[in-house]
Amino acid sequence: MSIAEFLNMGGYAFYVWGSYGVTALVFIIEILMVKHKRKVALQQVCLMREAGE
Amino acid sequence: MAINWFKYSAPTTFYGLAGKLVPWFAAPAAILFIIGLYIGFFVAPVDAVQGEAYRIIFIHVPASILSMFLYLIMAGYAALGLIFNTRLSSMMATALAPTGALFAFISLWTGALWGKPMWGAWWVWDARLTSELILLFLYFGFIALHASIDDPRRADRAAALLAIVGSVNVPIIYFSVKWWNTLHQGSTIKFTGTSMHVAMQQAMFVTLVACWMYAVAITLLRVRSIILERERNTQWVSELKEAGL
Repeated sequence: MSIAEFLNMGGYAFYVWGSYGVTALVFIIEILMVKHKRKVALQQVCLMREAGE
Repeated sequence: MAINWFKYSAPTTFYGLAGKLVPWFAAPAAILFIIGLYIGFFVAPVDAVQGEAYRIIFIHVPASILSMFLYLIMAGYAALGLIFNTRLSSMMATALAPTGALFAFISLWTGALWGKPMWGAWWVWDARLTSELILLFLYFGFIALHASIDDPRRADRAAALLAIVGSVNVPIIYFSVKWWNTLHQGSTIKFTGTSMHVAMQQAMFVTLVACWMYAVAITLLRVRSIILERERNTQWVSELKEAGL
């Protein structure tokens, strides 16, 4: 099986890669959002400490 | 040796435990995704009826199972928070909701991309599809209701009620293909056995475990931020020593 054949997915390339591509994208976005949330939470704690000093 | 499990029901101790557990779920999740998709794309044979399009199953079925399973776990945590007034349970419920919603979205999205070539339609108002869509809206409702109430403890209680009432929908999704005449096919894997090729079963099982581990890792990461946000006025957070603080 050639690479082109594999990517073509028997003519269903759009449906198969559309499924896996969007899933990967969703996971990546979720990971970035969780990382951002962590950054914001840490900043809040730092601000609280500065205000307390 | 007796382990005091109640120790970890306090946000203080769970915060550290969650941080230690994350890599033990994240790394296996990544490895299992690679193994599962390798089996799914290179070992599992072409389907006799659906050709290569059936390979969507290796993400569609695990995402659908996770979307239902995570809802029940979320409702369970929310109920614990409501009954015992434990802060951490409610925080876990809040942390699970976005991930559950994303799995419900993936289930619907991959289902649409599978439905188009096989049924000729992106969407049909079939019992299985409609009840899964309602599940996605229940997740949205939970998140929105929780976000709309300023006092976090009151928000926990209101959202918990919604989660508990909404859990009625999960068995409806699960049994919809039996109870009604749906365009969506019935379960391929039954207690009595399956007609599926063994490599297809293996691939689906491995990606299911991978999705589960991913969900655990991302939820633990998210709950750590929620704990910090909600406990930021407490003594232990002000004394917390950690990278970035």
